[in-house]
Amino acid sequence: MLEIKNLHVKLEEEDKQILKGVDLALEPGKVHAIMGPNGSGKSTLSYVLAGRDGYEVTEGSITLGGEDILEMEPEERAAAGLFLAFQYPVEIPGVGNMTFLRTALNAQRKARGEAEMSSADFLKLIREKAKELEIDADMLKRPVNVGFSGGEKKRNEILQMAVLEPRMCVLDETDSGLDVDAMKLVANGVNALRDAGRSFLVITHYQRLLNHIEPDVVHIMSEGRIIKTGGPELALEVEEHGYADLKAEVA
Amino acid sequence: MAALVQAKLDAAMARLDGRPLPAGAKWARDAREGALSRLRAQGLPGRRDEYWKFTNPQTLVQPEAPQAAVFVNEEPPLFDGIDRLKVVFRDGVLDRVASDALALEHLEITTLAEATATDIHWARDLYGVLEERGQTPVDRPLAALNTALAEDGIVIRASGAAPKPVSLIYLHESESSDAMLHHVIRVEKGAVLTILENGPAAARFTKVMEVDVADGGRFHHVRAQGRDHERRAATHLFARLGAESVFKSFTLTVNGMMTRNEQVVELTGDRATAHIAGAAVGDGEFHQDDTVFVTHDAQDCESRQVFKKVLRNGAAGVFQGKILVKPDAQRTDGYQISQALLLDDDSQFYAKPELEIYADDVQCSHGSTCGAIDEELLFYLRARGVPRSEAQDMLVLAFLAEAFDEIEDDRLTVALSERLTGWLARRRD
Repeated sequence: MLEIKNLHVKLEEEDKQILKGVDLALEPGKVHAIMGPNGSGKSTLSYVLAGRDGYEVTEGSITLGGEDILEMEPEERAAAGLFLAFQYPVEIPGVGNMTFLRTALNAQRKARGEAEMSSADFLKLIREKAKELEIDADMLKRPVNVGFSGGEKKRNEILQMAVLEPRMCVLDETDSGLDVDAMKLVANGVNALRDAGRSFLVITHYQRLLNHIEPDVVHIMSEGRIIKTGGPELALEVEEHGYADLKAEVA
Repeated sequence: MAALVQAKLDAAMARLDGRPLPAGAKWARDAREGALSRLRAQGLPGRRDEYWKFTNPQTLVQPEAPQAAVFVNEEPPLFDGIDRLKVVFRDGVLDRVASDALALEHLEITTLAEATATDIHWARDLYGVLEERGQTPVDRPLAALNTALAEDGIVIRASGAAPKPVSLIYLHESESSDAMLHHVIRVEKGAVLTILENGPAAARFTKVMEVDVADGGRFHHVRAQGRDHERRAATHLFARLGAESVFKSFTLTVNGMMTRNEQVVELTGDRATAHIAGAAVGDGEFHQDDTVFVTHDAQDCESRQVFKKVLRNGAAGVFQGKILVKPDAQRTDGYQISQALLLDDDSQFYAKPELEIYADDVQCSHGSTCGAIDEELLFYLRARGVPRSEAQDMLVLAFLAEAFDEIEDDRLTVALSERLTGWLARRRD
């Protein structure tokens, strides 16, 4: 599904190398987690995947379903089935949540040569998905994320994911700022989307999210590289001993 | 200094060019004479005038109107699906054949020519009167010029709730037309009236609208200034508001090399409300100026000014807005916001927000911002699959939404937003 090879990334504005050779291969239907301390390059990886400006790939490649995505615009990556759930979803005053989602969905369908979804079908779809995430009609009507609590913003990200049905979902610290109940709700939303054709890359600081979204593979990232890969037990190890031990062990 | 003043006076004389004042009843001639003497004292605006610091009045004051090509609009007429009483002006002259019959329940409607030929007391009490009130503390010579010379316009008195809007349609057909219209509107106690205006009107258009809203009356004004790119316009709206009356005005300006819209609103009765809003979008050789003066002269009144401009390819926008709160206007609630979205480095926004407050128990706020499209928001929309140009349009419309929200009637909002959406879509990269 997703293949990252020897990825080197630096900031465009300054001469600072952030990613120093990341390798990762994600098979269809699998959930991989990336854990790592602050500043290890986790969020940079998610932004580079989504195509945000400000980063320069100096070496390496990223392919999605065998297709090189580095040359694609962010909207093309979305239409190709990549979705990034933002760590800090932005507020967009003046743009209604429903209008936004419908525009996004139809833009993706159009880009893939599919017919646009009718208003009636869209309404049905969004109501059904919103209900599962306990998102009420008022939230749907409001401008995108405006006045939403931290938990509501994250639920809204998952709602977008559920409606857009991407094949590759990247979750950037989706658990940050969530209380236990909100985290369960978000995790249930993600788990409901798990199927054989869809893969997840879950980026997190803490092991607790992985109690709710169980990963197949866990990677530990440090200083721009993946320093260790293992099963779910690796996350528990980090929880117990912190990252310092792991770094020492690898060094 | 003396030379500058002389130049302004010379400009006024050149613009008048020995034209006789239009014929009419004595009261009308007196009103015109009065306006003429105001103009003779003021002279026409010059480049050095403080009030014209950001807008060069040259093309508005020069004796001959600059030529303006007629824009062929292939879209259906604006407000097409909306039931309204149509009044059509062709290069500033009423076209009775193209207009509906000038009659509507609860309204007296006549033309300026007819009103000034007879003695209609309520028109006599307003014509040039609100304009003259609006000349203090700032000179508005083009408005005085208009009162002196305008021969056509609509004169309306609403005595109850008008069943549908009166729609003034301004057609531009001659490349050198120099049109002047002067409208007079009286909304009686408890009456309700909506006025729509649209179209470019002429190569050069000098307009005055005087609106007197009596206690408890409601006046709504929605205007779309015609898209003819080369047209020039100087418009003035003078309003006086009685107790508990409501005044709402919204203007959409799209294209136009020169547009100066002055709105002078006086709240003279307690608990009156005035909302003045504008959305302007310009591409290239575009200059649009909103100059607003709101005077609070009664207690517990509320006023809002909401002006938004989207500028690209070197377009220029100006906002000069003032809230004046007189000593007795206690518990005034005044709000003013002017914002520009610059889509490139070549475009310009000039803002001069002003508050002048003499009462002690008031709440007034003003703000002005100028910025580019927020790249964070743009990336978020694109990451969800919305192509860059479409995402940018979404953010432009979102930026203008606060101004559009001031339109009372949703059908009008939809009609105007559709035009705007089309204009934006035609400019996608």
